[in-house]
Amino acid sequence: MLRRTFLGLLGAAGASVALPMSARAGGKSFGPHPDTLAVLFDATRCIGCRKCEQACNEVNQLPAPDSTFDDLTVLDTKRRTDEKTYTVVNKFQGTSAPVFVKKQCNHCLEPACASACFVKAFKKEPNGAVSYDASVCVGCRYCMIACPFEIPAYEYDEPLTPRVMKCTLCAPRLAEGKLPGCVEQCPKEALTFGPRDEIIKIARARIAAYPDRYVDHIYGEREMGGTSWMYLSGEPFSNIGLREDLGTASAPELTAGALAAVPIVVGMWPVLLGGIYVVSKRKDKIANDERVAAVKDALTRAGEEAEKKLHDALSKAEVANKRRIEVEVKKAVEEALTPKEDAETGEEES
Amino acid sequence: MAVHTTTAEKQSLFTPFNIIAGIILVAGLIVTVMRFTGGLGAVTNLDQNNPWGIWIGFDLMCGVALAAGGYTTSAACYVFGLKKYHAAVRPAILTAFLGYALVVFALGYDVGRPWRLPYPLFVQQGTTSLLFEVGLCVMLYLTVLFIEFSPAMLEWLGFKKIRKTVVKLTLLLTIFGVVLSTLHQSSLGALFIIAPSKLHPLWYSQYLPVFFFVSSICAGLSMVIFEGTLSHKPMHHLMDEEYLNNHDGLILGFGKAASLVLFGYFSIKVIGLAYDNNWHYLTTGFGAWYLVEMLGFVALPSFLYAIGVRDRNIPVIKWAAGLTVLGIIVNRFNISMVAFNYHLPSAERYFPSWGEITISLFVVTIGVLAFRFISTRMPIFNEHPEYKNEH
Repeated sequence: MLRRTFLGLLGAAGASVALPMSARAGGKSFGPHPDTLAVLFDATRCIGCRKCEQACNEVNQLPAPDSTFDDLTVLDTKRRTDEKTYTVVNKFQGTSAPVFVKKQCNHCLEPACASACFVKAFKKEPNGAVSYDASVCVGCRYCMIACPFEIPAYEYDEPLTPRVMKCTLCAPRLAEGKLPGCVEQCPKEALTFGPRDEIIKIARARIAAYPDRYVDHIYGEREMGGTSWMYLSGEPFSNIGLREDLGTASAPELTAGALAAVPIVVGMWPVLLGGIYVVSKRKDKIANDERVAAVKDALTRAGEEAEKKLHDALSKAEVANKRRIEVEVKKAVEEALTPKEDAETGEEES
Repeated sequence: MAVHTTTAEKQSLFTPFNIIAGIILVAGLIVTVMRFTGGLGAVTNLDQNNPWGIWIGFDLMCGVALAAGGYTTSAACYVFGLKKYHAAVRPAILTAFLGYALVVFALGYDVGRPWRLPYPLFVQQGTTSLLFEVGLCVMLYLTVLFIEFSPAMLEWLGFKKIRKTVVKLTLLLTIFGVVLSTLHQSSLGALFIIAPSKLHPLWYSQYLPVFFFVSSICAGLSMVIFEGTLSHKPMHHLMDEEYLNNHDGLILGFGKAASLVLFGYFSIKVIGLAYDNNWHYLTTGFGAWYLVEMLGFVALPSFLYAIGVRDRNIPVIKWAAGLTVLGIIVNRFNISMVAFNYHLPSAERYFPSWGEITISLFVVTIGVLAFRFISTRMPIFNEHPEYKNEH
C-alpha cells in the first residue's frame, strides 16, 4: 500500500470517529421549550398574607376552604396541596424572622409525572405549563409516587370519577393573555412572571445586587432537570421545606437505562434461550447416539465372541470326529480278520 | 375416582377451611361495596403523601414475584431440558396464571377508574413510563399463561385436536414467557428508580431492576417447593405416580438452584451497596432492618438450602423455601412501603387499614379456592390417561 494512501485512510478514520462523538454528545441533553414561561418566587418578600391562595381558589373555581383566607393561624401547621387546594403558603422559622414559602406545582422542564404516566394524562405544554387530561386518567397514582415535590393530589373520596388535582399555571388565563391568578394578586411582588430566560436573569441580578440578603442559588434552575417555578431565599433552602438532595438528573434520565434494557432483552433473550434449548437438545441427541452406538458395539462384540466360540466348538468337534473314525476303522479291520481264522479252522476240521 | 367422589360428597360443608374461607369472602364482599360506593378513602389509609399501599405492595409486587414459579419451572423443563421436572410444570403454571389474574383483579380495587385499565394499551400509550411496560407485559404474559394452562383444560373438556395444536406451541410460549417475565419482573423494581428522593438509599439503587429479576427467580423456585409442600397432604389423592416419584427430586434440584441464585442475589446486593457507598447507613435503624432482611431472609435460606441439599434433608429445604418466600414479601414491602417515604415524620407514614388487609385476604382466598377447584377437576397433578406420553 502506498504511504500516501495509508495516511489518507488513517486521517479519514480519525475524522469519522470524531464526527459521531460530537453528534452523540449533542443528543444527550435537552433544553426547555423555547417559549417556556416561568415564575420566580422571592421568599424574602413574602409576608404570608395568603392572598395568592385566595386568588388561586377563585380563578380555578375550587371548593371553599374550611376557614377563610384571612385566617393566618393555619400557617402554624405545615400544610400541603391537596385535591381542593392548588397552592399553600407555609411558615418556617428563619434565623431572625419567620420565612413564608408558597408551594404549588413547579412545572418541571421534564416533569416526572408526565414521564411516569402510562396513559400520557400529563403533558408539558410549549408555554411551560404541565397540563392534566382527566379523560384518559386511569387513577393509578404513579404520578404521585414520581413527583419529587409531592404535588399531585387525588380525590380519594370520589367513588367513580376521581381525578388528580394540581396547579395548571392558570393555563386558560395564559391563553387569554392574562397573568396566573396568584401572580396577579400578590401585593408584595414576591412572584415575578415571564419567559424563563428572563426570570433567571432577574434572579441572578438580585443575588448580585444584594449578596448578603440572598443565598447564592436559584432553586429550580437545575433541580430534577430544572423547573418553571424557581425560588430565591435568604435562608438555606433545606430550612424552608425545599429539599436539597434532589440532584440535577431529570426523571426521564433516571429511567432511561431501565427502559433501554427492554429492547435488549427482547432481542437477546430468545437467542439465548433458543441457544440453550438447542444445546440441551443436542446434548440429549449425543447422549442418545452414544447409547445406540454402545448398544451396537456391545452387540457386535457379543456376536464376535459367539462366532469364535462356535468356531472353537466346530474345531473340537472335527477333531473328535476324526478320532471316532479311526476307532471305527480299527474295529472294522479287526472284525474282518476274525472270520478268516474261523474259516481256516473249519477247513482243518473237514 | 368414583370412590373419592362419593367420599367427598359425604363430607360436611362446614370444615374449618370452608368456614374461614366463607368469613373472608363475606367480609371481602362488604368491603368491595364500601370501596365502590365511598371511593378509596372509605376503606384505605392512602393519602396525598402515600398513594400506594398494601394493594400495590402485596397484591401487585409480591403477587407477581411469587407467581414467578411459572416461568422458572417451564424454562427448567422445556428450555434447559430437565425432563425430570415435567410433573411440576402444570401446578406451577396454574399458580402463575391464577397469580397474575388476581393481580389484575386486585388492581381493579386500587386504581381510581378500573374500567380504564385497557386505556394505556388501546387509547393512549405512555411509552416513557415503566408502568406502561409492566402493564403491557402482564397482559401478554397472562395470555401466554392461559395458553400454557389450556392443555389441562382441553384434556378435561375432551378437545383432542385443539389440545394437540396448543401443545406444539409449548417451547415458543415458554421462551416468550421468560422474555416477558424478565421484563416485567425487573420493571416492577424500575418503577421506583424515578423517585430517588423518596426511597431510602439502602433500598434505592440503579440496579433495582436487576435485583427484582434475580429475586423473582429465587421466589419462583422457592414458591414451587413451598406450594408443593402445602399441596402435598390435601391433594395427595390427586397426585399420580410420576408426580410423587419426582417430588423429592424436584425439591432437591430446585433447592440447589435456589441456594446458588440466592447467593448470587446476596452478592449483587452487596455490590450495589458498595457501588453507592452506603455502608454508613448500616449503623442506623433502617440499616438494622436492612441487615435483618439481607442476613435473615437471603443469606440464611441460601445456607439452609445448601445444607438441605448436601444432606438430602427435605424438611430443611422446605423450611428454607418458606423463609425465602417470606423474605421476598419482606423485601417488596420494604421497597414499596417501609423504606418508601422514609423522609416523612412517622405521623405521616402509611400503615394499612383493615379494609385493605381484608381485600388482600379476599384475593388470596379466591386464588386458593380457584386452585383447589381446578386441580380437583383437571389433570394438574396427574396425567390424563388418554394423553399419557403425548408431549
